[in-house]
Amino acid sequence: MSSGVQAGRTLAMGQDEAVGGGRQSVEAPFGRALARLGQSRNDIVGLTADLGKYTDILPFRDAFPDRFFNVGMAEQNLVAVAAGLARAGKVPFATTYGVFATRRAYDFVAIALAHSNLNVKIVAGLPGLTTGYGGTHQAIEDLALMRMIPGLTVIDPCDATEIEAATAAIAEHQGPVYMRLLRGSVPVVLEPGYTFEIGKARRLREGSDVGIISTGFMTERALDAAEALQKQGISTGVLHVPAIKPFDAGAVAEFASGVRRIVTAENHVMVGGLASLVVESLFEAGIAKKVTRIGLPDRYIECGAVPTLQAKYGLTTEAVIATISGLESA
Amino acid sequence: MLRNSPPGSADVAALERKATLLRRHMLTMARGQGQGYIGQGLGIADTLAALYFHELRYDPHNLAWPDRDRFLLSTGHYSIALWAALAEAGIIPVEELVTYGADNSRLEMSTLDTTPGVEVIGGSLGHGLGQGIGQALGLRLDCSDARVFVELSDGEMQEGSTWEAAMSASHFELDGLVALIDCNGIQADGPVVLNMEPVADKWRAFGWETAEIDGNDMKAIVDALAGARQRNGKPKAIVLRTLPGKGVPRIETSEKSHFFRIDVAQWDGIIAEFDKRMGTHQ
Repeated sequence: MSSGVQAGRTLAMGQDEAVGGGRQSVEAPFGRALARLGQSRNDIVGLTADLGKYTDILPFRDAFPDRFFNVGMAEQNLVAVAAGLARAGKVPFATTYGVFATRRAYDFVAIALAHSNLNVKIVAGLPGLTTGYGGTHQAIEDLALMRMIPGLTVIDPCDATEIEAATAAIAEHQGPVYMRLLRGSVPVVLEPGYTFEIGKARRLREGSDVGIISTGFMTERALDAAEALQKQGISTGVLHVPAIKPFDAGAVAEFASGVRRIVTAENHVMVGGLASLVVESLFEAGIAKKVTRIGLPDRYIECGAVPTLQAKYGLTTEAVIATISGLESA
Repeated sequence: MLRNSPPGSADVAALERKATLLRRHMLTMARGQGQGYIGQGLGIADTLAALYFHELRYDPHNLAWPDRDRFLLSTGHYSIALWAALAEAGIIPVEELVTYGADNSRLEMSTLDTTPGVEVIGGSLGHGLGQGIGQALGLRLDCSDARVFVELSDGEMQEGSTWEAAMSASHFELDGLVALIDCNGIQADGPVVLNMEPVADKWRAFGWETAEIDGNDMKAIVDALAGARQRNGKPKAIVLRTLPGKGVPRIETSEKSHFFRIDVAQWDGIIAEFDKRMGTHQ
């Protein structure tokens, strides 16, 4: 367990904040994967807007300093420069925090990138409640915002294994991508042999009573909660949905058909993200089942220690267990 | 067939005739829908003539040629001038110009990059310069000597992204990047609403080698472009003082409007007067 998850204090900038307990972890899986890719792909270039240290891209910079550009605190220009590099045949990976990639650079992502289907990958740190710095730093609505942009692929990986696999997959993919980043010491949650494919959901655990549909780091909590719920006699399955867009509506409908109750779990506001997508797809498929949403409320979150905030807003394993056992005993 | 490579000495009179042709095309285009961004187009006509028929290295039959010089029109609503230049350059058919702004036309009133010869979507202002920087960085990584020319405007300098880009171009020492800043004194709400002077000093302060010229003086334009060829570690800025409606007295002296709309009979009168004065006809 990382020192970064001690309760009761706000972490300094750059301390890892995403790690759960009791699992192996990998340091900077994104930056390492990108540096590996850079060896065989000289078209890959890296950019950041003064957050290289805090978005794990330094392994790439150190390996390929000539292919790395720090544009300073200027997120609109970050995206514009990346767009120009893509037009010149490069495959830019541009990092910043999710709040800045969305709120500050939205027009550039929409028009400079997505409208022209340019091959730029935005990798965005501090998704949801992975920082205690409050509303300025917590990207609580980024999935909803980015999902609305035509042609933009949106990924919320759940662990180090998936970050590495998704980094390689989005480098291969032709088109713009927004990927949420778990940084620092990132736990390994997925089993060996896991394969990542853009737009595909993965059934990680079978169950017949409750089906948890999760994305991002909530998948780790969902798996741990399912294990605990099993011991309470509640058979709980987990469908991991790393791609918010394109969304695997077919897998969601199939999974939902096999359980009594559906629970969505996301590190994001409950509107516009995973829960909305699940409800939309079930409605379209004609599946009438009650859906309970686990996610952030429609409000800005205060400052505080990350574990405190995650507990308060129901994103911990314990909170997921409590929510589901409460539903089942009601 | 490469154009303007290697750059020869400028035939100023021939370039002025090209600019007149571009203006004539623009009048035809604006007449089609009765409206358009004609003031801006007429003002920038001399610069586009100098670029496409003297300074830019390109192959009209191989638009994807990696070593082409790029021209990015950041003010997408100046498309009327770009379409005229692309037609005269043989990239789009001259006969297509009459479709400007019509339904299903490729010649939109604000550029999209689906039209041949368009290097950037320019409608949302403040986008062009940053994308030009990315292109210049990419070309440098590929050891290409191709250059990147970005047109932007005085009103567009009010977008913060313009200055984000301006900072980074000098930091990255992009000496193959040329910003062409059209200062025509108008923007959407009328005469420039926020004083941007001193324009040239601002660019100099951001590390750009800057020239300030009469943007409707062909000799001054070709000289400034020649001066911008130097590879000395600095991006180049050319501040172009232009007159909206240049070359068409009735538009020059009209209210300096962002968008110009008159009836067909009035267009016919303007065109007849232009043909008579310039010796053009189509």
